Amino acid sequence: MVGRLNSTRGGTGTVPKDAPSAASLAKAWFGREILPLEAALMQYLEHNWRNASDITDLRQEIYARVFSAALQAIPERPKQYLFVTAKNILINRMRHEQVVPIEAAADLDALEIEAEEPGADRVVIARDELRRLQAALVRLAPRCREAVTLGRIEGLSRPEIAARMGITEISVSQYLTQGIRELADILYGEPPNVRRKP
Amino acid sequence: MTGVAAESASPPRATSIEQRAAEWLERRAFGRWTEGDAESLDAWLNESVDHEVAFYRLEFGWERTARLSALRSGLPRNAKSKTRDWAGHFKLMAAASAIAALCVGGIYEYVLAPKGMTYATDIGGRKILTLPDGSKIELNTNTAVRIAADDTGRKVWLTKGEAFFQIHHDAVHPFAVMVGDHKITDLGTKFLVRRQPDGMIVSLIEGSARVEAIGPGAKAQAAELKPGDIARATHTSVSVSHKQIAMLETQLGWRQGVLIFHDTSLAAAAAEFNRYNRQKLIVSDQAVAKLTIDGTFPAARVETFARLARDVLGLHVENKGDRIVIAR
Repeated sequence: MVGRLNSTRGGTGTVPKDAPSAASLAKAWFGREILPLEAALMQYLEHNWRNASDITDLRQEIYARVFSAALQAIPERPKQYLFVTAKNILINRMRHEQVVPIEAAADLDALEIEAEEPGADRVVIARDELRRLQAALVRLAPRCREAVTLGRIEGLSRPEIAARMGITEISVSQYLTQGIRELADILYGEPPNVRRKP
Repeated sequence: MTGVAAESASPPRATSIEQRAAEWLERRAFGRWTEGDAESLDAWLNESVDHEVAFYRLEFGWERTARLSALRSGLPRNAKSKTRDWAGHFKLMAAASAIAALCVGGIYEYVLAPKGMTYATDIGGRKILTLPDGSKIELNTNTAVRIAADDTGRKVWLTKGEAFFQIHHDAVHPFAVMVGDHKITDLGTKFLVRRQPDGMIVSLIEGSARVEAIGPGAKAQAAELKPGDIARATHTSVSVSHKQIAMLETQLGWRQGVLIFHDTSLAAAAAEFNRYNRQKLIVSDQAVAKLTIDGTFPAARVETFARLARDVLGLHVENKGDRIVIAR
């Protein structure tokens, strides 16, 4: 199955006029099917690419390509589509940089993607989800956690958070922005129960 | 991560896009968001698929965290509104309030509390427990509670310290708090319980509750509480007094990390600070101990309090490491 990207395209049939736009379907699909695979994808990239500082760029490129494809037609097997895309992008990069570590190439060839039922990775019991979110919150840096807690849990506004934390609204903004980024990394990019480096 | 991060002149391109996306999201969630902003965001998203995926990824993550609001404690929104302008005995009040408004610190730890477990806080700690039925228990400093392992989990033992209860209404399963030889039963209320060496003090803020002695040989010592009631229960008696709700709420300052004093003797204020801090305040002089103070103080800033006592009351203050001695 590896490498036949086109086999997953098409076949969605005719679309009724009042159906949601391709863009909103692609977005929903991206959130539902692709993001829950991020931890696995990051593991795959970290394992197969020696330069850690490239990983965020690689992930971005993979997501952009997968999303563009979904705008045309929603791939039927998200997990397979994601990892085949990842593999192709890695191979291209290796060719481009003309540095192909033998073991990396071997790993790439050995890539097998089980044809799982869609969504098998994202079955989450509501209660576990809340626990997971709490665990994510705990992993934020203290000031950042405080800002996110006041903003997201207690529902306070920027000025209220600023008053409580004794900092400027600009600083509150910065903590919240940092929190938004870190939470996405923790919730999607890291396997559950992994300790985060300080 | 494996491998050595290469020295790179600039951060990865994806990182700067992600930062930009996060700034958009933060502004939309917390800033003043106008139609013009919405258009600018759309334009930015349309610039490239890279922008879109970065933004959607953060947006989905942030949307997931909306569930966290289930843990909301109902902290008073504005710390200042609790600080009433009582006629001050000393100028201490104004100065202290200004500081309190700035440094209400010490954020809560939020815990989803399964049944059959014991939860505790250290000196200076605070914790909010959310029970399976949505009821909440806020633990003050140096406090311990155990939650029953039965089906409903609507029975709690306060084994140490002080806790504020916000109980979900359930007519079929009354909520019970056990404190030594006493039992508090209620149906959907807000109340504060503080354990004492010889019993407990219950302050009822909302709803109704019943306090009774259950120990061996307990006579029919019971009282029905209504809002504003304060029950003092000892081994031998249960007595009830009544105060304005606003006055009761001064006892809840700790939920915002502050201590609220109103015509409080320096000795009593010191005792209050000592519950929250390892560094103890000692008032060495009887005459000094009787001075009264008004004001709102951050519970964790014992030094701030001592400094104000020195500067405003003109007292002699000596920091001896594990304790601060206040004298004339």
